[in-house]
Amino acid sequence: MATQPQPRPDERALIERVRGGDSEAFYELVRPHERAIYITAYSILQDQTEAEDAAQETVLKAFRNLHQFRGDAKFATWLVTIAINESRMRLRSRQRARLESLDASDPDDPDYVPIQLRDWREIPSQALERQELREALTRALTSLDDKYREVLVLRDVQLHNVAETAQILGITPGNVKVRLLRARLQMRDRLVTELSGWHLKRKGK
Amino acid sequence: MEVSCHEIWREISNYLDNDVDPALRERMERHFANCRHCAALVDSTHNVLVLIGDNRAFAIPANFSKRLYAKFAAHLASNR
Repeated sequence: MATQPQPRPDERALIERVRGGDSEAFYELVRPHERAIYITAYSILQDQTEAEDAAQETVLKAFRNLHQFRGDAKFATWLVTIAINESRMRLRSRQRARLESLDASDPDDPDYVPIQLRDWREIPSQALERQELREALTRALTSLDDKYREVLVLRDVQLHNVAETAQILGITPGNVKVRLLRARLQMRDRLVTELSGWHLKRKGK
Repeated sequence: MEVSCHEIWREISNYLDNDVDPALRERMERHFANCRHCAALVDSTHNVLVLIGDNRAFAIPANFSKRLYAKFAAHLASNR
């Protein structure tokens, strides 16, 4: 159901221009990927200012290291990998204590059961115009375990395919699929919890 | 051959990616027809994926692009 991102036909030309000395062309190269870079950084750092700093540094690093991009992966993949490394590095140096999740439900647990509902009323995409839904989605995403959030953002927010996601994270496609299952279930549980005040009928105990 | 709720939970991600073999797919869909909790699970999980894959779901800060370009331009200027 996730469509594969298409490579831009003019990306190769832009890379050649930058390598030929037209530095301004680099900005055109990066522009379609700005949002992805920011969201990747935010999903790891969970702070707007830090995410923006990390995103800017990602772009500068990519510019300085463009000669290292060999074209054996999509340009987007390469950029996102830099963003992840930059963000993780900042996270490590920040050394902030992570809050323990109040909800101990981890799909990795053998006794895990997804939140059971009697039925589900579809939330139309149009509802994303409402801030409260976007905030609920952000809170749910932020509450995920780190390794689940990373794979979910790459695969289901940024729509990289399994192979690309595996390449970016440095894990096997099989591992991607296992983590993705758990990530999707946990995200769905967290969102259900966030929305339970105003949307749902829940299974009675 | 019936499929259990536990098997549904294990295969649901692959199912949503159209990555299960046709025989399993058919058994899963029979299960959804008969189990309202798993039907709600697949519907809600699918709905979540549609929402988070939408460009509108996660906003980037106002003027992020401007500031990014300004930072890049400053870098070019300082290296001339």
